[in-house]
Amino acid sequence: MSNNKTKASGGIFEKFNNLTDTNLLLTITVVIFFLMYIGAIIFQGGGFLKPQGFFNLLNANAALIVLACGLSIVMITGGIDISVGGVTALVSMCCAVYLDYKGGNVFVSVLVALAIGLAFGAFQGLLVAYLDIQPFIVTLAGMFFARGMTTIVNTKPFNVANEAFTKLKMTRVIIPGMGSANRKGEYIDAYVEIGVIVAILVVIALFCLLRWTKLGRSLYAVGGNRQSALMLGINVKRTRFLSHVLCGLLAGIGGYVYFLHVGSGSPSHALGAEMDAIASSIIGGTMLTGGVGNIAGTFFGVMSLGTIQNIVSQAGLGEAWWIGITRALMLCLFLVIQSIVMVRKKKS
Amino acid sequence: MKDNIVLQMKNIHKSFPGVRALQGVDFTLRKGEVHALMGENGAGKSTLIKVLTGVYSKDEGDIFLDGKEGPVAIHSPQDAQKIGISTVYQEITLCPNLSVAENMFIGRTSGFGQNWRKMNSDTEKILKSLDIPATATQQLETCSLAVQQMIAIARAVDMDCKVLILDEPTSSLDEQEVEKLFKLMRDLRSKGVGIVFVTHFLDQVYEICDRITVMRDGQLVGEFEIEKLPRVQLVSKMLGKELDDMSDIKGEQKAYERKAGSVPVLEAQGRVSDAGIKPFDFHIDKGEVNGFTGLLGSGRSECVRALFAADRVTGGTIKMNGKPVKISKPLDAMKNGIAYLPEDRKGDGIVGDLSVRENIILAQQVLKGFFKPFSKAKQYEIADEYIKLLSIKTASADTPIKSLSGGNQQKVILARWLFTHPEYLILDEPTRGIDVGTKVDIQKLVLKLASEGMSVTFISSELDEMLRTCSRLVVMRDRKVVGELSGDDLNQSKVMSTIAGGDK
Amino acid sequence: MQKNEVKKPNESMVSRMVRHQMFIPVLALVILAVFNLVTDPSFFKITVGQNSSGNMVLQGFLISILNDGSELAILAIGMTLVTAASGGQDISVGAAVAIAGSVLLRILGGGNSRPEELAAPIIVAFLVSCLVAMLFGAFNGVLVAYFKIQPMIATLILYTAGRSIAAWINNNELPVITDPSLGYYGGYIPGVPIPTPFFIAALCVAIIFLVLKFTNLGLYTQSVGINENSAKLNGLNPQVIKVITYVIMGLCVAVVGLIKVSRIQTINYSTIAKDIEMDAILAVALGGNALSGGKFNMAASIFGAYVIQFLTSTLYKFKVSSDALPAYKAVVVIVLVVISAPTVKEWFGKMTKKFKVKEVA
Repeated sequence: MSNNKTKASGGIFEKFNNLTDTNLLLTITVVIFFLMYIGAIIFQGGGFLKPQGFFNLLNANAALIVLACGLSIVMITGGIDISVGGVTALVSMCCAVYLDYKGGNVFVSVLVALAIGLAFGAFQGLLVAYLDIQPFIVTLAGMFFARGMTTIVNTKPFNVANEAFTKLKMTRVIIPGMGSANRKGEYIDAYVEIGVIVAILVVIALFCLLRWTKLGRSLYAVGGNRQSALMLGINVKRTRFLSHVLCGLLAGIGGYVYFLHVGSGSPSHALGAEMDAIASSIIGGTMLTGGVGNIAGTFFGVMSLGTIQNIVSQAGLGEAWWIGITRALMLCLFLVIQSIVMVRKKKS
Repeated sequence: MKDNIVLQMKNIHKSFPGVRALQGVDFTLRKGEVHALMGENGAGKSTLIKVLTGVYSKDEGDIFLDGKEGPVAIHSPQDAQKIGISTVYQEITLCPNLSVAENMFIGRTSGFGQNWRKMNSDTEKILKSLDIPATATQQLETCSLAVQQMIAIARAVDMDCKVLILDEPTSSLDEQEVEKLFKLMRDLRSKGVGIVFVTHFLDQVYEICDRITVMRDGQLVGEFEIEKLPRVQLVSKMLGKELDDMSDIKGEQKAYERKAGSVPVLEAQGRVSDAGIKPFDFHIDKGEVNGFTGLLGSGRSECVRALFAADRVTGGTIKMNGKPVKISKPLDAMKNGIAYLPEDRKGDGIVGDLSVRENIILAQQVLKGFFKPFSKAKQYEIADEYIKLLSIKTASADTPIKSLSGGNQQKVILARWLFTHPEYLILDEPTRGIDVGTKVDIQKLVLKLASEGMSVTFISSELDEMLRTCSRLVVMRDRKVVGELSGDDLNQSKVMSTIAGGDK
Repeated sequence: MQKNEVKKPNESMVSRMVRHQMFIPVLALVILAVFNLVTDPSFFKITVGQNSSGNMVLQGFLISILNDGSELAILAIGMTLVTAASGGQDISVGAAVAIAGSVLLRILGGGNSRPEELAAPIIVAFLVSCLVAMLFGAFNGVLVAYFKIQPMIATLILYTAGRSIAAWINNNELPVITDPSLGYYGGYIPGVPIPTPFFIAALCVAIIFLVLKFTNLGLYTQSVGINENSAKLNGLNPQVIKVITYVIMGLCVAVVGLIKVSRIQTINYSTIAKDIEMDAILAVALGGNALSGGKFNMAASIFGAYVIQFLTSTLYKFKVSSDALPAYKAVVVIVLVVISAPTVKEWFGKMTKKFKVKEVA
């Protein structure tokens, strides 16, 4: 009996060893997310019980999902982009000003958002990839610039009063069959905001990009070993450049999703969003050393971070600092798990 | 004859700040030949190859390729690949985080998407045909170094290249694997591929090559047919002088006799580390030179590392001069008068950005303590002394060590350890990847130190070097000590048979 | 031996100067100074005037730079060491300053948010805050050294939690200390016309230079940063050395916490030392030190810190609002890194060569 048992565990261990780094970390993240969510349902019930609870989590974090996806891509190539929070604020502010003061149309405002994101991505990518300047410094400057520009565009926060935009903002996509009865016994449909649809599409598109395109695999190769990637005939400069362009573009999209969710422009929007995005990406199994990471993991990383926040506030630890501390603890936990797992794996 | 030429490089010049690496070098490669590119370290072989593969841009000169009108322009490794020049480098240039199949095909498929199924099945075929023990979906990192090297070669071979450049591909392979590689090279030769083969192993050159081009100090010495260039001449061409030094060393070796009742300088019992070796016993006497020998991966480096506590020690005792001592980290070993020159010069030896001076004083400085730094003046005095003593070629004591040639870097590391005035010096592959002249210098130095009373353990993958210097050899196989040879047993055939385990 | 000494034929004084590590920061300083001088000739004037508490003190733009740059210079010391040994940066310093400041106020106030008198001597409170800051530094260091987490990410933890922890220490209250003696450290000691932070910074700089001269801190951190394996085989313990640099960083943080709290005699958890980590990292980079670790030049980092403060003060002078400030700073940073990028330098070198050839022809 005991013999059998050791054999079985040996088998599992072997399988565990054969997992690629990316899949191993992804598995850990997904398992922990589900354990946490199920735990929350069992012990706290309430909002976690209803499907809408889950959808609200998505609604609140749609922008972060998009931003974190962008960061994952850059981090997979071994880079970093800390400008995404600033770009989000700048996008919100520019779109808000355009829609409100100028009475502009919504479609153009989307183009404005994309253009801002692309411009940041392309410029930063140029400096990082072709002039070989440290990405941390370049995007730090990018962050400074975006934050500063936001206040230069408009100093005060304000809400957008544009009819077409408000209509788009209030649009709810009904999820059939997931609704639940409220206190009065009326059936309320479950819904998600437009931003969530965008975020899901982004996740799917990027997942496919990373898995099934040459560019996607080149991103991993460059992150794994830049010198080798060059020798293997990959255009390293272009790949790094494109990773930043993609991240910038996603910051533009994420910025607009954020804008759609809050419906206002403010210099203090998305403060620290870059750090949240990096944290989510890490919790999702991306390694800052590059070459390891997965978009699906990033998605679960964002959701884990959101869930822990909900758990903390539901547990009655309402004070703001508890959220900060628990998120940090969570990040710490994941980093240590990653580190231990990787060290173990290397040894065996 | 002219039709036969597949690659011609003419009058290539290349300079780096402060160094003229290539000065008007010509190189010609014919179809279906294995062409050795030989030279000491710093002769410019690597630079020439990097120019050819587009890693460096040349300052002057032209490259002609078979079937192309006029000179070809190569600006990047991709350009080189496209026109049929494939390279396998000394260091493995694959991506550790990708699968074997991806490493085989990345950067050379067309189109936007990636077809995993086709790629994996193609890879399995190639791996099978070349007899490489790996699976297509395996992450590269999980393969042994030798297998990774073979995958790199398989990739190059699969690219239908006209010119295949092998830059020291055999340095991490064992004999069987080298044999497999040679079989592959012969196959390719018969298919008309021109192969450029760079290696430090003379045996391998004479086993497989058809022609030799010799370089020295960034200049072309000449191109020779292999039959017309005996070894001694080759070596003297590489060095640029007649080599009597080699024979000097012979005969200096003393037969090892254990004096009755003498206490060994170091005696280890059941020493074992977490690097996967079996516990071993070992001892060395005052003034003795001995060595660990065995095939690559037999555990010879791991043994000396265990003595120095370079890996985590998991058991065993050590006595120095009969007194039990605790050596659980390198500093303990250093305090007990042990010095260790590591096998991997670049990874474990030099501190690249620091100056020659700082590299020399480092170990003794650590011994002396955190609060007692050597004064600047003293540092220069010491550095100058050792630069002179070991005739280290460096612009000044303040030159960063990474800009020195391999042999001179090794001398600096040696100086670092000599300066600690050790009782027992461990040299793990001090002669790997360095030029012949320095090799001889180091062997002579070892014998001199021993005659002054220092105990030395000397490890080299070149058996004749060890036979020349050591008076006793500990033989290892499969991470275990399998025998000890001294006196009359110290000859090539006896050592070989002990390593192979066929001596029954 | 002569062969390696082959120098580039046309290496002039100028080109050697351009390649010197201090070239960029000095150039930046000169440009800033000239710019200021042109736009406002009274720029360098130093006057003696009365400050709000009635002391006769030196006033002027340069004085305020030296005063305001103190915190940055002190943090640049720690950041340089951390960068050298661990090849990464500590982004938690701003949050850690909040913690140190909060601890200081907690001890001084004794749990009371409006204490009538100090509950403990300032020196005791300062030592406790040093201890706490060093412990947090050690926490970062252990994550980096023993768990092998990239520094930026390891310190992201404290960055996220730091200000929350600071608020938690004082139960989210903002103690105000009215005792004037606390104000000495961030203001003026009565009778001394020079701001105290300048002295504190000068003292820290002097200490670090003495330490670098009379210990092997520099050699050890650089060895570990350049080649960890090699350092280990030379008897060093890379883990311990990395942790030590983070602990030193913690000490710097505690000193900055004291100055910051002393300046306003209270604390604001969300704005105290905000974004200072970015400025400190910039100081290291501006000093020409590789952010990937290894060799460092301490003087250049400290100099870089003051240049950044010079820039900040100049921008304030031109009525740039503190929120818009980062945009201008960013432009300057980009210009700096672009002109110091090796690729650009190479290109620049080629251009000048061509130009020279043309001139000759």
